[in-house]
Amino acid sequence: MTPATSQPVGEPGGTPVAAAVRVRALDVTLDGTHVLRGVDLAAAKGEWVNIIGPNGAGKTTLLRALLGLVAFHGEITIDGLSDRRRSARARKVAYVPQTPVIPPGMLVADYVLLGRTPHRGVFAAETVHDRSIVAEILARLDLGGFGERTVQSLSGGERQRAVMARALAQQADVLLLDEPTTALDLGHQQDVLELIDALRRERGLTVIATLHDLTLAARYGDRIAILARGRVAETGPPAEVLTVQSISEHFGASVRIVDDPEGPVIVPTTAASAQNGDQP
Amino acid sequence: MGRGADLSDPQPAATLRASGLRPGPLAAGLAAVVVAVTAGLTIGPVDIAAHRVALELLDGLPGVTVDSGLSDAHSAIVEQIRLPRVILGLLVGATLSVSGAAYQGAFRNPLADPYLLGIAAGAGLGATIAITSNLGDGAGMLDPVPLAAFAGALVSVTVSYAAGHLGGRSVASLILAGIAVASFLTACQTYVLQANSDAFRQIFAWILGRIATSGWSEPALMLPYFAVTAAVVLRYRRALDVLAVGDEEAAALGLDPRRVRMIVVLAASLGAAAAVSVSGLIGFVGIIVPHAVRLAFGASNRAVLPLSILFGGAFMVLADLAARTALAPAELPIGVVTAFLGAPFFVLVLRTSRREIW
Repeated sequence: MTPATSQPVGEPGGTPVAAAVRVRALDVTLDGTHVLRGVDLAAAKGEWVNIIGPNGAGKTTLLRALLGLVAFHGEITIDGLSDRRRSARARKVAYVPQTPVIPPGMLVADYVLLGRTPHRGVFAAETVHDRSIVAEILARLDLGGFGERTVQSLSGGERQRAVMARALAQQADVLLLDEPTTALDLGHQQDVLELIDALRRERGLTVIATLHDLTLAARYGDRIAILARGRVAETGPPAEVLTVQSISEHFGASVRIVDDPEGPVIVPTTAASAQNGDQP
Repeated sequence: MGRGADLSDPQPAATLRASGLRPGPLAAGLAAVVVAVTAGLTIGPVDIAAHRVALELLDGLPGVTVDSGLSDAHSAIVEQIRLPRVILGLLVGATLSVSGAAYQGAFRNPLADPYLLGIAAGAGLGATIAITSNLGDGAGMLDPVPLAAFAGALVSVTVSYAAGHLGGRSVASLILAGIAVASFLTACQTYVLQANSDAFRQIFAWILGRIATSGWSEPALMLPYFAVTAAVVLRYRRALDVLAVGDEEAAALGLDPRRVRMIVVLAASLGAAAAVSVSGLIGFVGIIVPHAVRLAFGASNRAVLPLSILFGGAFMVLADLAARTALAPAELPIGVVTAFLGAPFFVLVLRTSRREIW
């Protein structure tokens, strides 16, 4: 069996689809700490993979390695390309960081136009083509009237959409999101995840996201990978991976899992209820 | 997705404007330069009519002969005294302003100025050593004081940069290294000064700065440094806008943040070192001019950098005019004037602008 087909991705039981992202034997050491150890991960074109795991498991480092922001051993192939040059990578992978830097005084239009940098280089002016792409994305993300406002003046939810717009302006096939819902209330969390889902269907994006909320991770996305202590501990469809046992083992959390037609709901249990034998 | 997002209808692009150098602000900057240069050439102990100055300048162009109606003495005042001084003011002001704007962008810090990496302290030490050791009294390019100041400034930037990168990769470590180097060099300068207290007055005068010329040698010395600094920094104006989202995100957009920062900072430092060596430590310009430009015209480096050149040059010429006329025939140190005029003006701009710039 060749390595290329040893890890079928995509619909379970279906024909293996060409992987948009393939990570093999990824090792990352930061300041003497072995953060990632032999990570293998693949995402098919158009697939949404959520990476979950306890704090310090290496989720953000994995995303940073995919972006080429940290030195690594192993192999990362994106769209068949293992080019480590930054601009080549930035045309393939777009990134929505957990806490984006809000540049002082920058207008939303300029901010989103930054996403065109990998395509035209840093010394050239933006073209009409660049501006029409950005205008289309701003309209799609309901930011049409915001171009002349500063990013600073936006609300939390609007800022998140502005950051997403910049990532979409990169026209990369792979979208990496680091905790895209962390700073948002429930309604805005839902809006962002629905938006990601709609965009990946419209544009055939491959999505890799880290999420803390396990129920949301189960509801949105096709597959879950649990990252623990720098390794991929489990990977598969949410209902298979999110079990009371696996959550207890990797998160040290005591939970109950309620089956729901749209996917498992993870409910934390209190110490008192555990003593009363209140678990189903 | 690239295919899906391509628009057959480019209509919305017409409504989307990117920040950049727009005609209005550019015209305002050029007008400021024209006003400042006119004032600098016409006002002084002898007032000379603007139209005669214009004719005199025209006459100076190769192949043009017009009669300005100025006497030989007045024509010499314009061509040999005021014009070189105005040109030097333009070059020094433009260089310090664009260097300050570049530092603020590269370090993403509103308090950054061209002296952040110890240029002032290094130049001060170099000048102090040259003055106290009586290294001869050559003029112009052979004057040891500016040469020593220039060398001191370049050494301090180089040491700060090397030390900052040894300490880590962050911008903060570079700034901290600059502070450490500046403190060390200032201590050295104070020591040299204490040991040579007879040179106090001369050194103090150098530190407060001046736009003084002896003919064309100072402007000629300054011009190439201004040209290199302005050319490099302006070429990187878009890169500095990308850098505004921080190193991590800039790298994810395909930029090499450390490389961009190094090139921009070194180019800005070169110009600032040259400016300091010909006119001493003129403070404040590298901070207030770029911020005033941001408050008036927006924060994009594509506009801030070129406009800082124009407004910085104009500001310095006007400050120098005030320095030489306020207590004529005595001259005020220009560093005093830039702060005395600049600070209230800046507070005014700060109060009246509604822009968020930082």
